[in-house]
Amino acid sequence: MNDILIYAVIFLSIVGAAAAIILYFIAQKFKVIEDPKIDIVEAALPAANCGGCGYPGCRGFSEALVKSSNEKQSIEGLNCPVGGNEVMAKVAEILGLVAEEKEPQIAVIRCSGSKANAPAKIKYDGPATCAFAHNLSSGESGCPYGCLGLGDCVAACDFDAIYMDQETGLPVVKDNCVACGACVVACPRDIIELRNRGKKDRRIFVSCVNEEKGGVARKNCSVACIGCGKCFKVCPFDAITMENNLAYIDYEKCKLCRKCVVECPTGAIHELNFPPRKEKIVTEDGSPEKVKAKASKDNSDNNKEE
Amino acid sequence: MKTFKIGGVHPPENKLSTDRPIEMMELPAQAIIPLSQSLGAPSKAIVEKGEVVKVGQLIAKGEAFISSNIHSPVSGKVLKIDEALDQSGYRRPAIFINVDGDEWMPEIDRTKDIKKEISASKEEIIKKIQESGIVGLGGATFPSHVKLMVPQGKKAEVLIINGVECEPYLTADHRLMLEHGEEMLIGIQILMKALEVKKAIIGIENNKKDAFEHLQKLAPHFEGISVEPLKVQYPQGGEKQLIDAVYNRQVPSGKLPIEVGAVVHNVGTAFAVYEAVQKNKPLFERVVTITGKNVKHPGNYMVRVGTSINSLIEKAGGLPEDTGKIVSGGPMMGKALNSADVPVVKGTSGVLLFKEDEAKRVEPTNCIRCAKCVTVCPMGLEPVLIAQYAEAEMWENVEAERALDCIECGSCQYTCPAARPLLDYIRLGKFRVGQIIRNRSKK
Repeated sequence: MNDILIYAVIFLSIVGAAAAIILYFIAQKFKVIEDPKIDIVEAALPAANCGGCGYPGCRGFSEALVKSSNEKQSIEGLNCPVGGNEVMAKVAEILGLVAEEKEPQIAVIRCSGSKANAPAKIKYDGPATCAFAHNLSSGESGCPYGCLGLGDCVAACDFDAIYMDQETGLPVVKDNCVACGACVVACPRDIIELRNRGKKDRRIFVSCVNEEKGGVARKNCSVACIGCGKCFKVCPFDAITMENNLAYIDYEKCKLCRKCVVECPTGAIHELNFPPRKEKIVTEDGSPEKVKAKASKDNSDNNKEE
Repeated sequence: MKTFKIGGVHPPENKLSTDRPIEMMELPAQAIIPLSQSLGAPSKAIVEKGEVVKVGQLIAKGEAFISSNIHSPVSGKVLKIDEALDQSGYRRPAIFINVDGDEWMPEIDRTKDIKKEISASKEEIIKKIQESGIVGLGGATFPSHVKLMVPQGKKAEVLIINGVECEPYLTADHRLMLEHGEEMLIGIQILMKALEVKKAIIGIENNKKDAFEHLQKLAPHFEGISVEPLKVQYPQGGEKQLIDAVYNRQVPSGKLPIEVGAVVHNVGTAFAVYEAVQKNKPLFERVVTITGKNVKHPGNYMVRVGTSINSLIEKAGGLPEDTGKIVSGGPMMGKALNSADVPVVKGTSGVLLFKEDEAKRVEPTNCIRCAKCVTVCPMGLEPVLIAQYAEAEMWENVEAERALDCIECGSCQYTCPAARPLLDYIRLGKFRVGQIIRNRSKK
């Protein structure tokens, strides 16, 4: 009996040793050699795996960072919007490089076609997502560029930074938005744009993407951009361009002087997080419309922050 | 009786206007003629503001390979060339003409007698069809002259004529076959000459017995043309289904009917070909069915392109109180319109007014894996899988499931007991896959 036991133990030990040797050689043959820096860089990233950097998850981004650092000795063009300048500085330190300081950005909803401003003329009763609504109809208000209000952007957000305001039917971006870009991609009408947060978190933008002629756009929505160009003429910093009956403010050039906000006849240009105006409202002809227009501009229904 | 072998559904026929003879619709006060009335590229306007035009005058040219000419349906002065709301729900370029009288171009033969002799050659026929702006009047509006230009290496063996009109409610083709059967048969002969085929088969569904008998009586006088009765089934009018039914050949996935030697044309197109080649009359008017359960006077009207759908509804007795949807086309594949202030175009086969309770969509529930959609798909696809992949945004899988073969007939969505929006998902999938394929070929 003892003999059998000893033979069994010896036999199994030999099998075990053989297996170990085979496995060792196989492991050596299929070894994946990874730069050890990748693990260290990954540890510095926020681990949100949101894809905002343009790479598949934080691991993918750290691989790209180390590759760029090794091949080009720079990490120019690579940015983690969630971590921001703080994280990029840490990563740069690990790699022995310098990170460019980026302006923090935030998602901006460029449409004010609320239920009040752009009332529905027909009812859409297909499947309730923006992707479908855009594919199957031109929209309930008649404006074929405006927000459909079915919340594909809300569904896309990983950070709980956007919600649908039931009263206006428009999405609202919260302060914790990290500008990852998921909602920008989700919107089938390219209404959402990533723009600089601005000094003191103040920003000015044209809240409309309608490219139809002014009269047509205005018929469907009372706060549409009619492409009149008055903002373009009044901007002292050449920050505004007009294209296809639509004004666009370049956020790099805009100095937040607010002249365009005052000038816009429909209230399409919005200013956010500014203190209320102190100056007396002087209108050329004293008409009440101008006064109302100003009030609505300061109480923008969307893009309010919590 | 023959029919196609895979799939199919049987929606209630509701052919309310089947006994109404074709009436002429009044001329509009203003005609709005969209520049995009066929598949392919939009046409280019060749008239200017202020120009006086006559009925049948060329006002827009098709410049790309797949595009078609557009002729004025009215006489009067061109008001402007501007964007107008059309049936797509978007504003697109159109020619606005203020109508004045009804003066036709002098070369159009307006006599009623039927011209039997075909003197034009094959090349002249194809050229005439192109010049006359003839497009597929079944609804797809594919430029007909392109279909007649058989590509190198392929040969047409048979011409199949689609007299099926499988959509419920629509009766325009039925009346056309009954009232203009002889002209239609001459049109078929002209098409046979253009394709150099000796054989033509007209497919007619069995719910149009009078049209079938009428054509069967006339057909022996026309060499090579036979009439085939078909068992009623939707979507028999789909060209691939029709080829399977009357010719017993299956078009391979991703290929066109010419691959099996067949070319399919609608009866309305055949009639338009007769008018173009024998009477010099370009395409600017067509038969439109206006119908619906609550419509006071459903009927079939010969309508000039550019007439507003509103006026058609007025002619049929006005918009009923409880109208839920205004659909252009049939109930299965038609499009719900945003507004009735849009013009009739070459592809408008009918206007259907749904009652509110008929039009309301049922709230979808979860898929119960019954596979009824798979049973009814006439292209042999699996709508349940395509819809699931489209929902999960897995576009490669959508492509692998041959979603691009889908003819968007709506049988799957019609049958689904859980009321899932299958066709909507498939359409979304087709659109995205189309974008991906275009990007692939660009690289």
